[in-house]
Amino acid sequence: MKEFLLLIRGGHDDTGKRSPEEMQKHMEHWQQWMGNLAQQNLLVGGQPLMNEGKTLIERGEKVIDRPLAEGKELVGGYLLIRSNSLEEATNISKDCPGFEYGCTVEVREISPM
Amino acid sequence: MNGEHIDNTLNHLFRQESGKMVAVLIKIFGTENIELAEDVVQDALVRALETWKFKGIPDNPRAWLYRTAKNRAIDIVRRNKHSRLIDFSDPQKQLLTSSYTLETTMNDYWKEDHIKDDFLGMMYACCHPDISQENQITFILKSLCGFSTKEVAKSFLTSEDTISKRLYRTKEYFRKNKIRPIIPLPNQIASRTGTVLSAIYLMFNEGYNSTHVDQLIRKDLIRQAMLLCRSLLSEKRTQLPEVFALMALMCFHAARADSRLSDHGELILLSNQDRTKWNTALIQSGEQYLNNAAYGETLTNYHLEAAIAFQHCKAKSYLETDWQEILKYYDALLNIAYDPIVFLNRCLVILELDGPKDALNILELVKGNKLLEKYYVYHATLGEIYERLEEYVKAVSCFKRAMELTQSKKEKQFLKDKIAKVPG
Amino acid sequence: MKEFMFLFRGGDDIWNTKSPEEQQEHMQHWQQWIGEIAQKGKFVSGERLRSHGSTWIDGGAKIIDRPFTEGKELVGGYLRVKADSVEEAKEMAKGCPDLQWDCSGVEVREIWPEG
Repeated sequence: MKEFLLLIRGGHDDTGKRSPEEMQKHMEHWQQWMGNLAQQNLLVGGQPLMNEGKTLIERGEKVIDRPLAEGKELVGGYLLIRSNSLEEATNISKDCPGFEYGCTVEVREISPM
Repeated sequence: MNGEHIDNTLNHLFRQESGKMVAVLIKIFGTENIELAEDVVQDALVRALETWKFKGIPDNPRAWLYRTAKNRAIDIVRRNKHSRLIDFSDPQKQLLTSSYTLETTMNDYWKEDHIKDDFLGMMYACCHPDISQENQITFILKSLCGFSTKEVAKSFLTSEDTISKRLYRTKEYFRKNKIRPIIPLPNQIASRTGTVLSAIYLMFNEGYNSTHVDQLIRKDLIRQAMLLCRSLLSEKRTQLPEVFALMALMCFHAARADSRLSDHGELILLSNQDRTKWNTALIQSGEQYLNNAAYGETLTNYHLEAAIAFQHCKAKSYLETDWQEILKYYDALLNIAYDPIVFLNRCLVILELDGPKDALNILELVKGNKLLEKYYVYHATLGEIYERLEEYVKAVSCFKRAMELTQSKKEKQFLKDKIAKVPG
Repeated sequence: MKEFMFLFRGGDDIWNTKSPEEQQEHMQHWQQWIGEIAQKGKFVSGERLRSHGSTWIDGGAKIIDRPFTEGKELVGGYLRVKADSVEEAKEMAKGCPDLQWDCSGVEVREIWPEG
């Protein structure tokens, strides 16, 4: 089996508009989805990232006080999953709860070397 | 491509290299995964056999085997980086878990000088003083010399089941004590090397002395014991005088191995051996090793035994043997540590120098020694002495006692022939 | 101790312009850099990614046959490390070999604390 990284991007703009109940439900969806993957032994790991960050540019001589890509391109979290092919991994990520908040999910295979 | 040719090449290569590959893989997978390491090497062998049959033997068959084993190791590491099978907590091993560093780190593990260190490290691990010598050698033969369980069983004249149990015990010991295969620190190297050398020498003698195992296994044991000793000599840290001495001793013995048996497999005594059959090249290397062994203050049994063996090799005929010189070495041996068997061998020198009466007088000193009473050579020696003293009845009864005590068919036949020749 | 994620951006385009020898040397630099982090006990994990991929957009309604961001912004891989502060993490990130090749940047992001 191969491993794939799911990069979950954007979707943070409208979090403020959601009610605590909606947020709670959303978190439960994540838990269910990831729990489901774990049960099928497809989940390797995954974490959300904090929005702030720093970026080293120009050979590391300059540092900017924000992530390189922001807005809908901001990487908000990642998931590492097991799968046989890019197609299958893409299929698995179809049910990602991030979509409820308008996220995009980029599916990338871990380089074998 | 000639199948037999491939088999021979592979067999030879496997005896030479499988231990090194196993050692590197154990370094990677940990001593808790010895079977996995052995499986990978076995797998490489099978693949070589299959591939070479169709495509022929590659230009560098050794590199081919190593590459195959390495690729398989990469595969296993990648598949198990999140499992608990392999312990990746060591900082260097952590790098095996990332695709950024897996290949470069893996290549490091397979660098020539690392391979050598790992192999030696495994030898020291196998010869841990807490492991019985029997288990040490069993494990060395299986894991470092590429013997199959069946071949190890044949070497020891025991069942495969017994061998499997011994292997299991040793592996359990490694697992429980998390033994790491490393070359000991300078302050421990002498004593730890001592244990390794006794294992090597025992293995050698298993091949050299035992008349019961089949010829191929015997030669294999001799060759492998010498290979292990030579690998100790390939590393500065383990180039100790006693290692050179044992190497010399084994060369002198091995040089004469073929002339010890007749075409029909009968034992031939030193006095009757065809000395033109002795391997002069081996005797010459032995002499060089013996010179190298003379550095420093260390004088071990191996030095003295090698010196004795060298005297025999040097003598143009049995009659020209310098028994006086040999006696000195025996005295020195007994001086290091009293050993009834050495005492018995010294008695044989006395027999040559001073005749049967003196020899018998000396043997009186060890009469009743429990170890010797059960040792067939002691009774055979007594028989020989009585025969020379023309006390034929006593001689025959001693030879008969010796026959009862030896397990070896060849020895039994040898003694039977002796009895038949006793007058009266 | 906190955990941080380094996102390596835009190194793949440069990789393709280099000779096999340069690439090999580059990977040895990666080994040295990550090796130093591991020696300090601060390495967690990290993977290099293949440059192709696919992306769900429009809230999962549509799929495109490429990574969401490409070229200079393509995420080439990531590294997870332990550090006490973003400052320390930033210092660590300076050694990234991609920066020697003048990639577009290394993003240093704190991982959401667990629990």
